[in-house]
Amino acid sequence: MQRRLGFWVAMGWAALLLLPWHFATRSIVNDAALVQGVTGGAAWLLPLVLPLLAALAATLSPDRQGRPRAGWLIAAGAGGLGWLILQSLLFAQPGLGLGAALYAVTALVLCAHGLALRGWCKGDVFIVSAIGLVLGSILVFVGYPVIRILLSAVQDNNGNLMVAGLFGKLTDTSVWGLGCVTGSGSVCGVAWNTLALATVVGLLTTATGLAFALIAVRTGFRFKTALRLVSILPVITPPFVIGLAIILLFGRAGVVTDLMSTLFDIPRSRWIYGMPGVALAQVLAFTPIAFLVLVGVLQGVSPTLEEASQTLRATPWVTFRTVTLPLIRPGLANAFLISFIESLADFGNPLVLGGNFDVLSTKIFFAVVGAAQDQGRAAVLAIILLSFTLSAFLAQRLWLGRRSYTTVSGKGDAGLASPLPSGVRWVATAVAALWTVVTVLVYGTILVGGFVKSLGRDNTPTLIHYQTAFGVEHGANGWWFSGSAWDSLFTTLGVSLVAMPLTAALGLLTAYLLVRQNFIGRGAFEFITMLSFAIPGTVIGVSYILAFNTPPIELTGTGLILIIAFVFRNMPVGIRAGIATLSQIDKSLDEASLTLGARSFTTLRRVILPLLRPAIVTAMVYAFVRAITSVSAVIFLVTAKYNLATAYIVGRAEVGEYGLAIAYSSVLIAIMVLALLTIQLLVGERRLGRRAAAPSADSSVSPDSPASKVNA
Amino acid sequence: MTHHPTAVPSGTPAPASAIRRPAVEFRAVTKRYGSFTAVTDVSFAIETGTLVTLLGPSGCGKTTTLRMIAGLEQTSTGQILIGGEDVTTRSAAERDVSMVFQSYALFPHMSILDNVAYGLVVGGMAKRPAEEAARAKLELVGLAGLEKRLPSELSGGQQQRVAVARAIVLEPRVLLFDEPLSNLDAKMRRRVREDIRQLQQSLKLTVVYVTHDQEEALAVSDRIIVMAGGTIAQDGAPRDLYERPASRFIADFIGDANIVPAALAGRDGALGRIAVGAASLALPHRGVADGPVELAVRPHAIRLAEPDEPGGVPGRILYAAYLGDHMEYEVGVSLAGRDITLFARSADVDSPRAIGDAVSVGFAPQGVTVIPG
Repeated sequence: MQRRLGFWVAMGWAALLLLPWHFATRSIVNDAALVQGVTGGAAWLLPLVLPLLAALAATLSPDRQGRPRAGWLIAAGAGGLGWLILQSLLFAQPGLGLGAALYAVTALVLCAHGLALRGWCKGDVFIVSAIGLVLGSILVFVGYPVIRILLSAVQDNNGNLMVAGLFGKLTDTSVWGLGCVTGSGSVCGVAWNTLALATVVGLLTTATGLAFALIAVRTGFRFKTALRLVSILPVITPPFVIGLAIILLFGRAGVVTDLMSTLFDIPRSRWIYGMPGVALAQVLAFTPIAFLVLVGVLQGVSPTLEEASQTLRATPWVTFRTVTLPLIRPGLANAFLISFIESLADFGNPLVLGGNFDVLSTKIFFAVVGAAQDQGRAAVLAIILLSFTLSAFLAQRLWLGRRSYTTVSGKGDAGLASPLPSGVRWVATAVAALWTVVTVLVYGTILVGGFVKSLGRDNTPTLIHYQTAFGVEHGANGWWFSGSAWDSLFTTLGVSLVAMPLTAALGLLTAYLLVRQNFIGRGAFEFITMLSFAIPGTVIGVSYILAFNTPPIELTGTGLILIIAFVFRNMPVGIRAGIATLSQIDKSLDEASLTLGARSFTTLRRVILPLLRPAIVTAMVYAFVRAITSVSAVIFLVTAKYNLATAYIVGRAEVGEYGLAIAYSSVLIAIMVLALLTIQLLVGERRLGRRAAAPSADSSVSPDSPASKVNA
Repeated sequence: MTHHPTAVPSGTPAPASAIRRPAVEFRAVTKRYGSFTAVTDVSFAIETGTLVTLLGPSGCGKTTTLRMIAGLEQTSTGQILIGGEDVTTRSAAERDVSMVFQSYALFPHMSILDNVAYGLVVGGMAKRPAEEAARAKLELVGLAGLEKRLPSELSGGQQQRVAVARAIVLEPRVLLFDEPLSNLDAKMRRRVREDIRQLQQSLKLTVVYVTHDQEEALAVSDRIIVMAGGTIAQDGAPRDLYERPASRFIADFIGDANIVPAALAGRDGALGRIAVGAASLALPHRGVADGPVELAVRPHAIRLAEPDEPGGVPGRILYAAYLGDHMEYEVGVSLAGRDITLFARSADVDSPRAIGDAVSVGFAPQGVTVIPG
């Protein structure tokens, strides 16, 4: 332990002597904290030396058992971290940089050493440090921005405190007005719009998802593999692309509108812009999510119960109505709430299809980027949106989490599910068919739209959109990327590739801590990480602008803030993948490694990570894909220098360049399909290898052996 | 901080005074999970080179105790010493102990050789000498030639031996076994427990062994610590526990004793005159007061004779079962004004008694003991 402590003390000195303390500065040595402290008049940086000296003393003068002094280390770490935060608030200076970041990590680890010596987390330094680092980073990059939103809601644009105005802002008629119902005013408040849209979308999506789930689970549908394709669609489709395609289909000059007008003389209109269009796009986009939830629930309904109902003389319809439906009611509520949250958080579709129909997410966006530039108003709207999603999320977790009638027990359940009543079957088929037709139309449009001049208006085939976006020319300096989309594509791929391993690592580490470690405050830790699932991207975006635009942490306008936004927004993907896989790996494997003298870090590296490989691949690819499709959070954070593909596409769509936007979208989809196929290939191979080894395992391994648990 | 246990300062030849130190010592250890107390104020010391079993029904705290020795659980209060050194706040990796898990916990992605060499490699030993040492231990447990296999390609018994090899390759100060036989079939159990005992004796290992099976505990142990409800119910050699149970619980848990009411009628040195109904026995009185006492009567100590036999307790056969080499009976008797069902085992299979037969019940003093307290 002495040696590792020495390493961290050395890191602390490096942070103070060799790295720039502030972010904006480039020169390495001159901006180091100690140099600034001695020569630059920043004397307040000098006390940062004291914790390092204290840690050194704790190591060099050990206690009676020959171990470093825990109390000194805890004091050193806490003191260092405390003064770092305090000085950044007290003294005007540029945003903190690499040196400060390393110093903060060092202080955390020193403190963790002390706590581990006191017996925290079974005396495991790595675990204490990891908990500290994960919690600290979540607090800095999720907690602190959210707190800044809450603060700026009670401030005016100049930063003066205005608590009195808060109530007025929160209950403003533009937010809560009921003009459209009472007939007294023009439009309804944006909060009502948002809730109404989310409710409608939640209901329709659940119904459509149920139709698909019934077909998949309860009929002899022959193309069940096709249904798996359906579940991949939302993963690879940027959220606004369906909206774009709907404009091209049902807009004033859309293909379908055109057809209706020439065939049936139905007048062209802009009906699609507004709630109908947004709702349609969202139902198309979110149905697969509801489908996945409900398939699981339907499969969990024990056929024996339905058989029991039938032997008691109930007809298929009565059985469906009195047994099946009540059993899946919690599942239906769950699917509704998930679609409800997705609709609340959706930004891309309302932006391209909303017209005069405002929802909270777009209102927030225009409050920040629009002419008014009212960040306080954006903050108030963000708080309202956040309270909606958090309430729905909490309802889903706390209320539904424990209400499930469909527990799959280990007992064999040999019954046959009762056939669907024919009426239900016809309705389900009709709903599913309608959804499929529209979806095929939408993806067909995305595919074709980029290859014609202007779909609907002028259907001449052309490559002009691809040329504009992805042109490559031969000039004086050799080949160069002349297309307008290259910059944003390269930035997107670069940022996504950097964010990918970080997201996976942080997510899996968090999952490991949640599943494998027991520590004080684990429940609260879990709750905080889960809460970050529920923060809409728009809120994250606004909060990042508010939090990271000024010192002590000044990151706006850099590529780094995009990476950070992706990492903390997509971390839940890694957590989910990690939790799912880790709970299949017997805990005694970790313990065996520990008792054999491997520390938890070695155990993680040599035992857990090799067994987690499928989860790592999944987490990485999903982190990558979600980074590419993300728009709501980053649209606030992009700059001319660091533009992202999705922000670029939304920009093109806003000025009506649908051909270009669609062409670019289809390129993104192609990239993501490629990424998904790669993982399918990698993970699929692993599975084959396992199956080959299975027969001997089946015959000789007792059911409790670790090998069979991992393979299960 | 070193990884390899042999390099830990305490692992080097100890001064003469240290040799008498117990390998493991618990000082008033308590373990709480929230409001639930799993282990309450437990103290014991385990001598080097002995095999000590923690025995008890499920939920008695024996596995928690074992895991606290390993460092997989932290104590709530109290101290744990290993080799005289206070390790209470040390992590599992910093303690000079190894463990054989109930599920064996072999790493499924590593070959047998890699599994056994793991502890040495993560401790900083070079790959080649580590593999040599692992090979030697695999040979010791009779698995030479299987080095390249994966754990999933071995039988349950073989996996168990790999787990043992992996644990002893580190030559730990204390070797822990957590119900090592529970995943084996009945025949394998007998063989493997003999192997474990033989290995422990030949390598002079200090072993702490957890089981809920009293027969297994009697067969392998130098000493047994019986736990109940998070405390130590009795601590002693197998023969002590069986022949001189300290309480009703021990008498019942070890060897299925019948608890029979009797009376101490008088003393004659260490012996007491015990009256069981009409029967009279001379047994060590174990310091109990005159008057009513309880006896622990082993099933094989109950003798069934014809009802006219004098000096017996009249009874009636309530149940009889033929088990090949012996008969099992339930006999109803009336003692101290209560109706009691005795469980009896008889080697006489040739003239079995039928349900409803009247008998005279006698007691063989070798299988009867007074329960103190």
